[in-house]
Amino acid sequence: MTDQDLCIEGVTKTFGSFTAVDDLTLTIPDGSFFALLGASGCGKTTTLRMVAGLEEPTAGRITLGGLDITRMRPYKRPVNTVFQSYALFPHLSVADNVAFGLRRKGVSKADARGRVAEMLDLVQLGQYGSRRPAQLSGGQQQRVALARALVNNPEVLLLDEPLGALDLKLRRQMQIELKRIQTEVGITFVHVTHDQEEAMTMADTVAVMNEGRVEQLGAPAEMYEFPASAFVANFLGQSNLIQAQVTGQADGHVTVDAHGNRLAVPAGRCRVTSGSALLGVRPEKLHLAADPAAVPQGHAAVGGVVTDASFTGVSTQYLVRAPWGSELTVFVPNSGVTAPQLPGAEVHVHWAPAHSFLVGS
Amino acid sequence: MRSLWRWFAEKWVFLLGLMLLGYLFVPIAVVLLLSFNQPGSRNTTYVLDFNDLHFTMDNWTNMCGAAGLCDSLQRSIIIGFCATVLSTILGTLISFALVRYRFIGRGATNTLIFLPMATPEIVMGTSLLTLFIGAKLPLGFLTILIAHVMFCISFVVVTVKARLAGLDPRLQEAAMDLYATPWQAFRLVILPLVMPGIMAAALLAFSLSFDDFIITNFVTGTSGYDTFPMFIWGSNLRGIPPQVNAVASAMFLISFAFVIAGQLRTRRRSARRAATS
Repeated sequence: MTDQDLCIEGVTKTFGSFTAVDDLTLTIPDGSFFALLGASGCGKTTTLRMVAGLEEPTAGRITLGGLDITRMRPYKRPVNTVFQSYALFPHLSVADNVAFGLRRKGVSKADARGRVAEMLDLVQLGQYGSRRPAQLSGGQQQRVALARALVNNPEVLLLDEPLGALDLKLRRQMQIELKRIQTEVGITFVHVTHDQEEAMTMADTVAVMNEGRVEQLGAPAEMYEFPASAFVANFLGQSNLIQAQVTGQADGHVTVDAHGNRLAVPAGRCRVTSGSALLGVRPEKLHLAADPAAVPQGHAAVGGVVTDASFTGVSTQYLVRAPWGSELTVFVPNSGVTAPQLPGAEVHVHWAPAHSFLVGS
Repeated sequence: MRSLWRWFAEKWVFLLGLMLLGYLFVPIAVVLLLSFNQPGSRNTTYVLDFNDLHFTMDNWTNMCGAAGLCDSLQRSIIIGFCATVLSTILGTLISFALVRYRFIGRGATNTLIFLPMATPEIVMGTSLLTLFIGAKLPLGFLTILIAHVMFCISFVVVTVKARLAGLDPRLQEAAMDLYATPWQAFRLVILPLVMPGIMAAALLAFSLSFDDFIITNFVTGTSGYDTFPMFIWGSNLRGIPPQVNAVASAMFLISFAFVIAGQLRTRRRSARRAATS
């Protein structure tokens, strides 16, 4: 932790009877790429707007480097935003758009011109300074919006779904680009998105938000491998969640009864250790065996019938109906090791207990 | 016969369009023609007799020759200018309030602002006259100005509001995010973007004010502050001076020049845009 951290302390924002953000506490370390991930209406954009000063919290405190900015006017904050719709000024040239913030801060025209040119080069738009925003493509406009915010060298850069309007290919390209720029300038990026893949690709730390609260916060891989709740397990990638009842603990494992199957989960991967729970396994960590003898020693296994097999190129995605009626999703990599299964085949779905996790239901 | 029928089937929309344009432009053409004519007597200013046309430039070179014409024109321009400035400022402020802010009575204001546009002028004229007499306001410049500002505001509000409603509210936020104070955000971002709407509203207000006869006729009374439309109406009783044709033609040509200039500017801008992209 350094002095320039952005701290959100017990912040609540209500609109009439609707609570958009509910007693949120977050610390965003200086220089990090932080993603706020959640479905629409989860309060992530409202949180961002409160940091920008465009909304005022109903309760709580926001500090930046120890300075209380909770009620500071937006134009006084050392924070800049890349808006979802870019919000470029249509009557100004690209260069004047980028120079806008510098000029307001009192930078001379000549000094501003140099820094604007530098920044346009950084976002690879050096040739486009004299154009109007309407003459640029969506991806180029996005870069102008980024340059316009970054040129002011803010303490924190806020990005509100900045890639939402771009097509898939361009989005992938910009994700890498944004990550590169963040590493280059070393400014704290707070990125709001509903795209879990985007959040995981770009951010050092992801906060998954749901109904105005943070469900889980951590490094993407850590959260993916061991989600804190059923919501996170489903929101961050896909999960097979099996209804189970905890029956006891032994040898560092928690044993559960799942529809008559006795299964074990390492104690360190259990969010709950009593009562009813959900046992989760990621689809790519499930394996199929035609013969029960082929299930490796120590693996947990349940029987089932293949109901659907879709070939997606790199892998085959199977749906296997378990005896209790629900379907399990299994991704089998197309590495040529096992023969494909056909719908109707009886199979054994197995997994290493260390790949399973237990969350509250 | 058959090919003629086919020709007609293909071209009838075009012919209809041509006839409609003729319908619109023939009256203007007649005024333009008569502005170069020396009528035999005052009673024949508006009689288009092709056997009795005498070309003259007198109507153009001596516009103020007709007694009272230029005085009334000057009054109309002064009233039009003042009414335009006042109604544009007030109307623009009202539009901002209606689009940007939520307040008690906003819905009612939104509806009531249309009322002066919907009220028949003859009704508005009489009620304004009653009001001014009741308030013991001497009829003349002030009462005409108040009346004109009043009926122009609605049109300004409607015009500016349309432009303002199409403006992304995030532009203001983006400006503030980039260290612009609310006043700077207004002056540097919002105002330039709304300006075309404000200019259109101002032109509309001026032409409404310049053109108005019914309401003006009520609220002028016997003050003698006769505007140009009132002068024409008054002289119509005795015979219209031929210079009126020249003034009308000049007004038409000036507006026409404005339109052409505007068109050229748009065309040049889009050509430049096409060239750079």
